[in-house]
Amino acid sequence: MIRQSWYEQSARGRLANLLDPGSFSEFLGPERREMSPHLALFDLPRQFDDGIIIGTGSIEGHKVLCAAQEGRFMGGAIGEIHGAKLTGLLHAACRLQRDVVIAFDTGGVRLQEANAGELAISEMIRALLEARAEGVRVVGLLGGRAGCYGGGSLIAGCCSALVISEQGRLSVSGPEVIETNKGVEEFDSRDRALVWRTMGGKHRYLIGAADIFVDDDVAAFRLAAIEALRVPAVLDQSVLAGEQARLELRLRRFGDAADGIDVWAKLGVARPAELPELDIDAFHATANACREGADAAR
Amino acid sequence: MQLAEILSSLFPAGHEIRESGGLVTGTGRLDPNNRIDVVGICGKTYPGVDEAVALAGHILKVAARPDRAPLLLLVDSGSQRMSRRDELLGLSETLAHLAKALWHADRAGHRTVGLLYGGSAAGAFIATALACGSLVALPSAWPEVMDLPSMARITKLPIDLLKEKAATTPVFAPGLDNLFATGAIVEIWDPREPLSGQLAALLARPASDDPRAQLGAQRGGRLKAAAIAAEVERLSLAHG
Repeated sequence: MIRQSWYEQSARGRLANLLDPGSFSEFLGPERREMSPHLALFDLPRQFDDGIIIGTGSIEGHKVLCAAQEGRFMGGAIGEIHGAKLTGLLHAACRLQRDVVIAFDTGGVRLQEANAGELAISEMIRALLEARAEGVRVVGLLGGRAGCYGGGSLIAGCCSALVISEQGRLSVSGPEVIETNKGVEEFDSRDRALVWRTMGGKHRYLIGAADIFVDDDVAAFRLAAIEALRVPAVLDQSVLAGEQARLELRLRRFGDAADGIDVWAKLGVARPAELPELDIDAFHATANACREGADAAR
Repeated sequence: MQLAEILSSLFPAGHEIRESGGLVTGTGRLDPNNRIDVVGICGKTYPGVDEAVALAGHILKVAARPDRAPLLLLVDSGSQRMSRRDELLGLSETLAHLAKALWHADRAGHRTVGLLYGGSAAGAFIATALACGSLVALPSAWPEVMDLPSMARITKLPIDLLKEKAATTPVFAPGLDNLFATGAIVEIWDPREPLSGQLAALLARPASDDPRAQLGAQRGGRLKAAAIAAEVERLSLAHG
């Protein structure tokens, strides 16, 4: 079978490959033309689905609610409509006690409607946590071209499980934002290797910020989603106490590391400088022997 | 208002509140019988991984206590700290953890009230003030998603155009009135009146499910969000 890149796919293409064939029904699809009420003010083009596709379907027979952000429309940025679609879906997940899968591909808040986008992210987080309190799994998939930045990265941080590929980037401030605010000495955004070592999929998997590491392949993302949907997910006092302990330990172990390579060396990776070059099998063998797991403390 | 004035106006019956490294922790008393736990971020501090984890740890300790004392979060912050080290160590995870801790405290019976009295921005705003069950503000508050010069750089729109639009378009412009219009802030307190009474009045009203989308629609700052979310929920439930 020919491998199909998850990174290169559109949001619609990702859902088509993720879900069982023919199982998808879309809610508020492009035919409803629910577009941003704010972009016209800036003479910017709008999109009929406001850059996110939501609906219901199944993954190996497991019914889910699902969402995919379109990184090619305004960098997947979250505006009023985009955000409200996902918030409504998460409210429904809570009511139906149905698991959710989100394919992230976003630079964060859409600045042309910044206040509405910022608040939408806060509403999504609250709705997501309410659903999780009912035992709903919320699985995030990270491997899109826009990465998962800004408020999007905080939503991802609330998911019960995260699947990531090498191309997946997860961070609050993006490389350009850090460079713009703090200077090129702090972060050279053109240094792609530095970007991957700091916020890329391999690093995130090694420190326990993501749970499953996959190839940049639509079939691999589907298999990982199936795996993540089998694991029970709860969110209560003990999980949060576990997460607190896990994050405190991370800061103690790696708090003085200057670079990803130093973190990997402290983890016990024998030749950490070579880690970015490892193929997936070699990487799994190395990483799984020494990585920090989240162990459901998420 | 300065932090010291705010604390004495909030807690006429006294308080034991410490400030260290930009973080605030302690307890105050609205009256001799009512204890309030206080946490906060002050002095325009930019929270990074260390601050987020420290605050969350304190909040989770309050949440684990069997009493139902409210938790007040005081906020005068910058945006999240922008650095290579913070992102390397997983700032997104630690800020999400902080938001989860506040949500959990509220759910565990310690009603969370955010009091925004200074700045806050971007991811720090989402993980602190906006993660409280109720958010109130003083007129001195200056919340923003991003300052206009940075916004101009990222959107590649001229700063003069952004300033012109900001005057007429609350949906993207920084500032308290604009955030209030979207429904982010439930009420703006009057600094000339004792804050203790305003806090007691807020706590006397029952908490409700997230009211912010409805507030945004009523105030005209966010006309579509509530209706879209409700329509998606309806369609999902109808599909079964």
